Amino acid sequence: MSRRSFHAVSSLGQEILLVVVILALFAFVGAVNPRFVSENNLTSIFVGNAYIAVAAIGMSLVIVSGNIDVSIGALIGVLAVISGLLVTSGYPIWVAWLAPLLIGSAINALVGCLIAFARVPSIIATLAMLSILSGGLITFTGGRWISGLPAGYQLAQFRLLGVPSPVWFMVGMTIVAALLMRYTAFGRSVYAVGSNPEAARASGISPSSVVVRVFAIHGAIAGVAAVLFATQLQVIQSTTPVGLELVIITASVVGGVSILGGVGTVVGSTLAAILFAAIGSSLIFLNVSAYWLRAVQGVLILATVLADMARRRRTG
Amino acid sequence: MTRILIRHEAILGILFAVALFVMAAQSDRFLTTANLLNQARLMTEVGLIAIPMTFVIVTGGIDLSVGSILGLCAILVGVFWQNAGLPLPAAIGLSLLAGTAAGFANGLIITRFRVPPLIATLATLALYRGLAEGISQARSVRGYPEWFAVLGRGEFLGIPTQLWLFALVALAGIFLLRFTAFGRTTYAIGNSEAAAEFSGLPVERTKLLIYTASGFVSALAAIVFVSRVSTTRSDMGNGIELEVITAVVLGGTSIFGGRGMVIGTLIGLCLMQILQNGLSLSGVRGDGTTVVIGAVLIVAVLISNILGRFSND
Repeated sequence: MSRRSFHAVSSLGQEILLVVVILALFAFVGAVNPRFVSENNLTSIFVGNAYIAVAAIGMSLVIVSGNIDVSIGALIGVLAVISGLLVTSGYPIWVAWLAPLLIGSAINALVGCLIAFARVPSIIATLAMLSILSGGLITFTGGRWISGLPAGYQLAQFRLLGVPSPVWFMVGMTIVAALLMRYTAFGRSVYAVGSNPEAARASGISPSSVVVRVFAIHGAIAGVAAVLFATQLQVIQSTTPVGLELVIITASVVGGVSILGGVGTVVGSTLAAILFAAIGSSLIFLNVSAYWLRAVQGVLILATVLADMARRRRTG
Repeated sequence: MTRILIRHEAILGILFAVALFVMAAQSDRFLTTANLLNQARLMTEVGLIAIPMTFVIVTGGIDLSVGSILGLCAILVGVFWQNAGLPLPAAIGLSLLAGTAAGFANGLIITRFRVPPLIATLATLALYRGLAEGISQARSVRGYPEWFAVLGRGEFLGIPTQLWLFALVALAGIFLLRFTAFGRTTYAIGNSEAAAEFSGLPVERTKLLIYTASGFVSALAAIVFVSRVSTTRSDMGNGIELEVITAVVLGGTSIFGGRGMVIGTLIGLCLMQILQNGLSLSGVRGDGTTVVIGAVLIVAVLISNILGRFSND
C-alpha cells in the first residue's frame, strides 16, 4: 500500500470515529435531557458555531502545509468589525460581505511572505500578528459594540430550503476544499510541502509560493468566517473572542490533521468543530459549569496529539 | 559565532542607550529613581519567566503555556488559602509545587512522547488555563494578609523586594548557561539534537529539567503577581508568553536554537519595559503598546535572521 493511500485510509478512520462519537454524544445527552436534541437547540448549535468550522478549513490547510496560525481569532475579530463599520457607514451590503475576504487574504498573504521569504517561523509571525491585530482592534474601537446594522445585512440569519445559511456555507466550503485538496495539483503540492519541503522542491514545487498561497486562501476563508460571525446578531462585538484561535486549531488537529504537517483532511476538521460545539452545548444541558469547557478542550487536544504521535511511531 | 553574538548585544546596548536618552529628553518624570525602580518592579514577572524561557528557546523549543501556569498557580494560592483553609505559606508552597508539576508534565509530553514543544505547550496552554477557569469558576480571591504584600509591593534595602528574587534567578541563569556542563548541553541540543544524543549527552534529562524549571519559575512569578496586586483572578498572565518570548528573541536568542545568552535577555527586557513606559508616559494606552510589542518582535526576528545569514557567508 502506498504512503498516500494509507494516509487517506487512516484519516477516513478518524472521520468515521468522529461521526460515531458525535452520534453517541447526541444519543447520551439527548437521553439525559431530551431538550438537547430539540430542533431549536440543534439549530443554535450549528448556526452559532458554523463559522468555527469554516475557519478550521483554512487552518487545516495551514497545518497540513507544516505551519500554524495563532492569530486567526484576532483576524476574525478585526474583519468582523471592518465589515460592520463598512455597512454602518453607508457602503452597499455586498461590499461589507466581500471586503473581509479580500482584506483577510491580503493580510495573511503578507504573513505568508514573512514566513516563506523572510524565514520568520510561523509561530512567531502569527504570535506577533495576534498582538498587533488584537491590540489594534481595541485601541481603534475602544471596545464599543457596533449597532444600527441595516436590514438585509444579517447573512447568517438567512435560510435556504429551511436550512440556515451558515450550515450551507459550512457544508459547501468543506466539500469544495476537500475536492481541491484531493484532486488538484495545488492540493497535492500542499501535502508535499508539509511532509517534506526539500523533496517538494526537488520535484519542482516552490514551497515558498505554496505557503504564501495557502495563507492567502486561509485569510479569505477567515473573511467568510468573520462575515458569518458578524451577521449572527443585531450587534457586532468589537473585541476578539478569547481563545477562538485555540478552538479552531483544536478542531483541525482533532479532525485528523497531523501537527507535523503533510497529513489530514478538511472533512475531519469540520466534524471535529461540530463535535466541539455539541460538547459546549451539552455541558449546559448536563448542568456542568461552562467554565470547564476550556479544560475539556485542552484534554481533547492533548489526547489527540498523543494518539497521533503514537500512531506515527507505530507506522514509522 | 561569538563575534556575531557580541555584535547583536552591542546593537542592543546602543538601542538601549538611545531609548534611555530619548525617553529622558521627552519626559522629566522618566529618569527618576522612583520611576526606574517602579518600572523594574513591573518588569519582574515577565523577567522571571524570561530566564528559563531563554534556556527553552536555546534548545530550539518553546513554552507557550507559561501564562496559563501563572494563572493556574495564582488561582491555586487563593483556593488553598481561602477555600481549603491552609496557612498562606503552605498554600504558596503547594502552588509552587503545582507549577513545577505542570512544567514537568510539559517536559514529559515533549521528551517521552516526542510531541513538538509548540503543540505540546499549546495544548497545555488550553488545559492549564481551563483548569484555572474551572477551579475558580470566575470568582476572584481578595483580602490577603498585610505581610504577604511585602514581596510584591514592599522594599528591602531601598530596592523592591521582588527585584532581589529576580536578581537571584537571573544570576543562577547566567551561571548555569555560561559556566556549567548543563549549559553546554543546552547549546548542544539547540545546535543539533541528534549530534548531542550521539555524543552521549543527557538530552532528555536536560530538556525535562528545563521545562520543569520553566513551570517552577512561572509559579514563582504567579506568587509575585498575586502579592503585587493582592488579588487572584483566573485570567492572570493571559498573553504573558508573548511578552516573554519577545524579550528573549529581542535579546538575541535565535528562535531556531543553539544561540543566545541570559545577559541578552536582560537587555531585551529592559528595552521592552522602557518602550512600554515611554509610550504610556506619552499617552499611548495599554492596548496600543501590545501593537508595538508585536511589531518589535517581527523586526527583532528579521534582524536576527539577516545577521544570521551574514554569519553563514
